Amino acid sequence: MTQVTMTVNGKSVSGSVEGRTLLSDFIREGLKLTGTHVGCDTSQCGACVVHVNGQPVKSCTMLAAEAEGADVKTIEGMANADGSLSTIQQAFQDHHGLQCGFCTPGMVMSATALLAENPTPSEAEIRAYLEGNICRCTGYHNIVKAIMAASGQEVAAVAAE
Amino acid sequence: MPKDSGIGASSKRREDVRFLTGTGNYTDDINLNGQAYVHFLRSDVAHGRLNKVDTSVAAEMPGVVRIFTGADFEGVGGLPCGWQVTDKHGNPMQEPAHPVLAQGKVRHVGDPIAAVVAETAAQARNAAEAIELDIEELPAVIDMKEAVKEGATKVHDDLESNLCYDWGFVEENKAAVDEAFEKAAHVTTLELVNQRLVANPMEPRVAVGDYNRATGDSTLYTTSQNPHVIRLLMGAFVLGIPEHKLRVVAPDVGGGFGSKIFHYAEEAFCTFAAKALARPVKWTSSRSEAFISDAHGRDHVTKIELALDADNNFTALRTDTYANMGAYLSTFAPSVPTWLHGTLMAGNYKTPLIYVNVKAVFTNTVAVDAYRGAGRPEATFQLERVIDKAARELGVDPVALRRQNFITEFPYATPVAVEYDTGDYNATMDKLLEMVDRDGFEARAAESAKSGKLRGFGVNTYIEACGIAPSALVGQLGARAGLYESATVRVNATGGLVVMTGSHSHGQGHETAFPQVVADMIGISEDMVEVVHGDTANTPMGMGTYGSRSLAVGGSAIVRATEKIINKAKKIAAHLMEASEGDIELKDGQFTVAGTDKSVAWGDVTLAAYVPHNYPLEEIEPGLEETAFYDPANFTYPAGAYACEVEVDPDTGKVTICSFAAADDFGNVVNPMIVEGQVHGGLAQGIGQALLEGAVYDDNGQLLSASYMDYAMPRADDLPSFQVDHSCATPCTHNPLGVKGCGEAGAIGSPPAVVNAVVDALQRGGHNVTHIDMPLSPGRVWQAMNG
Repeated sequence: MTQVTMTVNGKSVSGSVEGRTLLSDFIREGLKLTGTHVGCDTSQCGACVVHVNGQPVKSCTMLAAEAEGADVKTIEGMANADGSLSTIQQAFQDHHGLQCGFCTPGMVMSATALLAENPTPSEAEIRAYLEGNICRCTGYHNIVKAIMAASGQEVAAVAAE
Repeated sequence: MPKDSGIGASSKRREDVRFLTGTGNYTDDINLNGQAYVHFLRSDVAHGRLNKVDTSVAAEMPGVVRIFTGADFEGVGGLPCGWQVTDKHGNPMQEPAHPVLAQGKVRHVGDPIAAVVAETAAQARNAAEAIELDIEELPAVIDMKEAVKEGATKVHDDLESNLCYDWGFVEENKAAVDEAFEKAAHVTTLELVNQRLVANPMEPRVAVGDYNRATGDSTLYTTSQNPHVIRLLMGAFVLGIPEHKLRVVAPDVGGGFGSKIFHYAEEAFCTFAAKALARPVKWTSSRSEAFISDAHGRDHVTKIELALDADNNFTALRTDTYANMGAYLSTFAPSVPTWLHGTLMAGNYKTPLIYVNVKAVFTNTVAVDAYRGAGRPEATFQLERVIDKAARELGVDPVALRRQNFITEFPYATPVAVEYDTGDYNATMDKLLEMVDRDGFEARAAESAKSGKLRGFGVNTYIEACGIAPSALVGQLGARAGLYESATVRVNATGGLVVMTGSHSHGQGHETAFPQVVADMIGISEDMVEVVHGDTANTPMGMGTYGSRSLAVGGSAIVRATEKIINKAKKIAAHLMEASEGDIELKDGQFTVAGTDKSVAWGDVTLAAYVPHNYPLEEIEPGLEETAFYDPANFTYPAGAYACEVEVDPDTGKVTICSFAAADDFGNVVNPMIVEGQVHGGLAQGIGQALLEGAVYDDNGQLLSASYMDYAMPRADDLPSFQVDHSCATPCTHNPLGVKGCGEAGAIGSPPAVVNAVVDALQRGGHNVTHIDMPLSPGRVWQAMNG
C-alpha cells in the first residue's frame, strides 16, 4: 500500500492505495465522492472524466498513485461558491442536456475543459471534442445546444412552439 | 404562447440539480455496513458440460467469505419467464429451466458458474481465477436456421428441439393471404436481418442484497425499471420470500432502454447470499460483463412479401421470421417477436390480409429480450423497407405509394388484432415534407455531387402500440402479469402533495412531469408536488416503466387518484363554507361556491382534513390520501413520419447523415422539452442501429463485439442535430390525459429512413443496390456498390 496526498476540490486529502488502485476508484471509494461515474472498463465512455491540474482526464486511465500532489477537481467541485449551478451546469438544465444523469458528470467536466480551451466552439468542434464521452439518452442534440448556450452563442429555445 | 407551468409547459427538470452536482444516488453509490463483494465466474465457452467446479483452492484465498456454485441452488427456483406464447398448433412454447448459477451445463459465453463472495471486490476477482473448472466443450449452436434443422445440437437436452415456438398470426387468415398473393398484380419480396443489439445504458447493472436478522426482512437495491416486478418474480418464483418480507429499491437508475426490465440471476444471488451470510452482498457489473450478461435486443431474420393490385393498393402481406431467444428465456422475451411485433405489421396502412409467422429459436448466445421499441422496430423496418422497394420496382413515388394506402378512418381495426383509436398519417407526412424541403433536394444532391458524394433521401412512417397494456387482453395473449399502473396521492396538512407512483424514472423526468399534471388539476404550484418512486416499501404495487407507458398508464392512475382527492376536498370545502357539494368549484387552488363570493383556499381544506375540528366526520373520514389503479382500455398508437438525407462517399462507403426530421403524433404533450429529448435519444439509438451497432458472434459463440472498443456506440460526431415536431396531435381517446407515449418512437421510426436514404443515394449513383443489411458500415456499403 502506498500513501497518496492530493488536493481534491480545493481540500487536501490523503489515503492509502494499492499500486493498482485507479484514480476513479480512489475518488469513489476512498473519498466517497460518488459523482464521478464508471461506465466502462476500456476508457471509452468518459463518465469518469475529472480535471487533473486543469486538464480533463479519464480517471479510470490514471492510477491514484500517479495523482500524488495533483490538483484534482470532480463534479462535486463544479458549482459556484454559493452553491448555485455553474454556467455550464445551468445550461445543461436549461437546455435539457441530460436525462438519466449517469454520463452527465463526465460531460460537464469535458464541456468545461472545452470552453476553457475554446470559448466559442462551433457545433462541429463541440461534437468532435465530445468524441470521448458517450451518452445513450440524449442523442447529444441538447448537450451540444447546452454547450453552445453556455459559451454565449445563440441557440433556439428548447421546445419552441 | 408556450405555457410556463402545468400541462404543456417545458418545466425545467428538478432532478437535474442532483445529477449535475454529483449528488445523485445510483445503486453503485450505495454501500452498506459490513458489505461483502461478489464476483461471478462466467463461462468462456458457448456450450459445454460442467464436469467439475473445484473451489477448494479458491476458498482458501485471502478475503474469501464463501464460494457458491450451482449445487447451492438446487431446490431453489429458476428465473421465471413472464409470458407464455402458444404456437400455431395450440401448444405452449417450450420453456427451459434457467438456474441462478449453471447446473450441469453452460449455455452461452457469460453464463454464471460460480459466485465468489469476498471482503473486497479485488479479492473476489482474484479468488475466482483460482477456481478449477473442467468443462467438456460441446458444439455451439449460433445460427438460428441451423439450430432448427433436424439433428442439430440441442441447447437444452431436455427439450424436444431448439424451437421455442412456431407462431402463426393470424393462423385462420393464412389461406386467404396465400390466395391474395396468387391473384396479386405485383409482389415485392425482401429478405433482411434486424441485427442483434446491446441496449447499453451508461450505468452498468448493480445489485446489493441485504438481510435483517432481527426482522427476517430482505432488501434488494437494484438497477431496475420496475422494482415491484422484480419483487414479485424473485420472491414468488426464485427465492420463496413473501412480498411483505421483501423490499426492492431501484434508486436513481442510469438508463434502461428495456435491459433493466428483466429479473436477472445476479439480483437473486445477492438477495440469497445476503441471507445465507447474514451480511450485505454487492455486485457491480463491469461493462465487459454487461455485454455478456445483460439481455440483448432484436436479432430477427425475416422474409417479407407485399402483394399489390394493378392500382398499387396493398392487398396482402406475408412474413416469415426467425427470432433469436438466446440460451434462456428472459423475462418477457417470448412476447417481443409475437405480440409486440406481429400486431404492428399493418403499420399505417389498410392492407386487408396479413399473415405473420415467427419461429423463436434457442441458441448458445446471451438471452434476447425487449430493447427500446421491442418488436415494433422490427415490424416497422421490414414493412417500410419492403414498401420502399415496391415503390422503386413500380416506378412510383415512395411518399405517394404510402399515402395511397394510408388508413384514414378511425377507429380502425387491423387484420392483426388491434384497434387504432386515432391518427392522421397524412398530417404528419405533410408536416414532415414541410420540415425537410423535399423540393430543394435536387439542388442539394447537385451540391453533394460537386464534392464527389452521392446524396439520398429516405422517408418512412411508423406506428407503435404503447401504453402497455390492457390486462385482460394481454392475459389472453399469454402474459403472466397484469399491466395496470398505480398511484397514491398523499396530501399533507399544510397542502403539499406526495405522489407515490409505480412507474419508475430512469431518465424520463417523472419527478418533473408528474407534478405538472397534478398541479394543473388543482391549480397550485408544481413545487408543491413531490414524486416518490422506485421503492416497494413506499409505493403501491406497480408494473414499472417500459413500452412508453409511464404517462399513458401511470399518469392516468395519478389523474384518477387526484380526482378522488379533489372530490373529497370538495366535500370538506362544502362543509367549511356551509354550501352544497355540487356548487363547489376548484380553480387556481381556491374552492368557491358558484354564484357567491365565498371561498376557501386549498391549504384551508387540507388542514381541515388533518385537524378535523370543524369537519363532516359523520360523512367522511379525516385525512386526504387516495390510491388509484388504472388499467387501460386499449393500447395507445403514437405514429409519425420520418425522413433522412444522407451523403455516401463512393470511395469509402462511409455514410454521413446530413439531416434527420421526425414528425410525430404523440397526442397531448405534458412537457414538450422532455418529449423532444425522448425523441432525440430514440433517433440516436435508431441511427446507431442503422449505421453503427451490432452484436456479432463467431461460429464458436464468442461475442466479438463485447466492449466499447468493438461495439460502435453512436458518438456526438456520428450524429447531426435533429428536426423534431409533435404539433400534429390526435389525442388518445381512451385515457384521461389524451396522451400516447413518446419514449420509443425515435428508435422505431428511424432505421428504415436511414436505409431507404442510402439505397436512394446508391440508386441515384447508378448502383443497382436494393438492400443492405444493418449496420450500414463503410465496408458493407462499399461492398454493395462494388461487390
